[in-house]
Order: sequence, then structure tokens, then C-alpha cells
Amino acid sequence: MITKRIIPCLDVRDSRVVKGTNFANLNDVSSPVELAGRYSQCGADELVFYDITASAESRGIFTDILRETASRVFIPLTVGGGINSVEDFDRVLNSGADKVSVNSGAIRNPKLVSEAALKYGSQCVVLSCDIKRVDGKFAVFAKGGRENTGLEAIEWIRRCVGEGAGEVVVNSIDTDGVKKGFDIEMLEKVLKAVNVPVIASGGAGSADDFISLFKQLPDIDAGLAASVFHFGTVSISDLKKRMRDEGIPVRI
Amino acid sequence: MVCIIDYGVGNLFSLKSSFAYLGAECLVSGNPDDLRACDRILLPGVGAFSDAADKLRRTGLDRVLIEEASKGKPVLGICLGMQMLFDKSLEDGEWRGLGLIPGSVVPFKGAIPDNFKIPHIGWNPLELTQERTWLLDGVRNGDHVYFVHSYYADCDSRFVCAYAEYSVRVPAVVRSGNVLGCQFHPEKSSEVGLRILKNFCEGDIC
Repeated sequence: MITKRIIPCLDVRDSRVVKGTNFANLNDVSSPVELAGRYSQCGADELVFYDITASAESRGIFTDILRETASRVFIPLTVGGGINSVEDFDRVLNSGADKVSVNSGAIRNPKLVSEAALKYGSQCVVLSCDIKRVDGKFAVFAKGGRENTGLEAIEWIRRCVGEGAGEVVVNSIDTDGVKKGFDIEMLEKVLKAVNVPVIASGGAGSADDFISLFKQLPDIDAGLAASVFHFGTVSISDLKKRMRDEGIPVRI
Repeated sequence: MVCIIDYGVGNLFSLKSSFAYLGAECLVSGNPDDLRACDRILLPGVGAFSDAADKLRRTGLDRVLIEEASKGKPVLGICLGMQMLFDKSLEDGEWRGLGLIPGSVVPFKGAIPDNFKIPHIGWNPLELTQERTWLLDGVRNGDHVYFVHSYYADCDSRFVCAYAEYSVRVPAVVRSGNVLGCQFHPEKSSEVGLRILKNFCEGDIC
């Protein structure tokens, strides 16, 4: 049986890993290459590297880090941040990424998903979606959660999957950084809407939050988090042993 | 020396990195002479079957590969590369494969219940069969490997050295003599995958 994935996310800026709370107040954590290696040894099933730099020159540094990581760490690597064109897909895939996650780039250019899926296959295209409740509706936010796009989230996700997105990362802005658990209500709606793997993001504060995610939503495929892993609040190897003890299929 | 066939399909970064990490010699080439000169041939591949099979055929490397395989040289197909070892694929039509292992490649769609997602993405444990292969030396029953695919091989169980369960039994490691295939990505399957690639480089083929 296929196992539930545990995915640490590394936000990388100026060759360092950073993590914010509600997307603000970034704190430096560690070297991305070292952290990636450590997570892989501890049993991480996949890694997400998020490029949060803006300038073209730091983009080159990010690509170097990606190459170095992919030369030493042999688990799937997803890369996101600053993906606006098929050329951006080329750049990161040629540097060792296996999957590419699109967010604001797809909102600006809705053809990006279909073009990338046609060239690289759906398995390569991950839709990442930052969602927040606004007036009782799920709204898609762009630019790292700063801008309300006015798009309704479930409709947007369904449309992108129709265009060829092979996986969806659902990041709840409402629960992100709060550390009180994943956004079960939001995730459940997404799971009902699409039949591709769905990755939960935003809200993990403890191992219990992951257990409760997989117990409450048996169809969810993976749990993604950053700071709880970076700061050692949750040890991936301990978490996976607990998952096994709770009867959740897991790779150990 | 392993030759990774370069025929313009897929990303070879991780495969090259894995061999470098293992300290194994490997060459990435689309030159028929290199395929003839090396000890072992690796056929990678991602994307659409028809497109990949067409590219392999247009370069003439399909014939070289079949010739070398018939001489007993170990050949390992990975993911779509494995699927191309079979007689045919039913991916969006019907396409001819290399015919090195009897069987066809068929879609998950229609074969598995709706609650099983397509593609089959993620880590799934291997269920080793009675069919042994040196490729899996040191690999244990239940070891997890990383899959990403929407089609799977439909073949006789005598060609299957390991299955994975995804509502249907998915041939994960296949073998017909010196021709081998992995449906999963060993270069993305951590220690277990590296072990398989190391076996392919160094394994005793007798």
C-alpha cells in the first residue's frame, strides 16, 4: 500500500533556509544542503525547496544550491518560487528538481500549467495554492499570501488540475504559523474536488497534528511543514514511528 | 562502465548524480559505439511512450540496444524506459515497444477504483517474488521505493521479481534474462534505490 508522505519545506533566501510565521518575520535557520541531507537521513519522503529571493543573481545562487543538494540527496525534490514560465521549469529541472510547483505564476499566466504539463508531463507540475477565508469563502492569494486574487479556491484548483497539474499543495493562510493543526475543513473540500494527490500545508505544531490529519482525512497524501522540523519540535523519525504505531501506512 | 542512453528524453541529472555518488563510472551518450563498448546499458525515460519510442527509433539506438541485449549485455530500463522494454503500450493509442520482455503496458485508468489517484505517486513497499535477480541483492521484502507513473506493465508473473500494490499488483521489478526493468525511480529511492543502482554497476551477472 502506498505510504503517507512527510515533507519538510525549506524556504531559501540568499543561500540560507528561513521560516516565517504568517509569512512575515523571517528567521534564519540553517544551510539548505545540510538540512536537506539531515532530513533525508531521518526519513523525509520528499523535500520542497522554495526560492523566496527576488533578484536574478540570487536566482543563480539558488540553482547552485539545488544542484549541490540533488547531487547528495536521493529523494524527490520539488522546487517552487519564481516559476513564471516554461523556461523557469527548464532551469530548475536541469539543476536536479523532479517536480516544479507553480503559484503566482499560474495566476498571472493560466496557460503555464497546461504548457508545462504538455512538455514535462503532469507528474512534474505541482499546483501550490495559498488560501484564506474571506467573507466565508475560500479565496486564492498571490505573492506569498499578500494579495487577494479574487479567485475562488476550489474552482481554481479544479481548473488547474483539468489543465494538467498532477499534485496540489494546499496551504491554509488561516492556519499557517498558528501551530494548532492543519486546516481539515479546507483540505476536505479540496479532496472532494480533485482526484490527484493533495498535500496538506500550514498549521502543523506537533506530531499530534500530523496524526490527526491522516486519521481525519484518510485520502490526504502528505503533510508538509517547515518550522516544526527546522526547530526540532517534531522529529521526523519519531513522527513516522508514531504514525506506524497508529496504523497509518508509512515508510520507515 | 554503464552507458546511460541519451536520446533527448527526460532529465538525467539525478541518475548521473547517483552514479557519481556511488563512485561508479558512467557515460551519458547517444552514440551507438558507446552502447557497444560499455558493459551495461541503462535506458531512462519520462513522458509519453509514443514520443520516447519514436525518438529512440529515429536515432537508430533501438536496434543497437536490441543487438547488445541479445549478446547478453545487462540492460536496465527505468520507469518509461522499463515500459519500453515490453512488446507494446496502450498509452493513448497502441505503440510498439522494443519487445525484449513479453507483455504490454496498460493504463491504471479503468483498472483501479476511483479512490485510487492517478498518477500512482509516492513510496510503496516492494513485495519480492520467487523470481530472483542479482539486481535486488541486499533488497528486503517490504523495502520502500518511489513511484511516479500512470501506466503499468501487464505481463506473466515469471518475468516479475517484485510487485507493488496499488489496487492492482503493479510489476515493480521485471526481468527476462539479462534484460531488467524498474517501474520506480531508484535514483529517487534513497538507500534502497542506490543499492539497486550499485548492484546494476557491480553485480555478478552470471
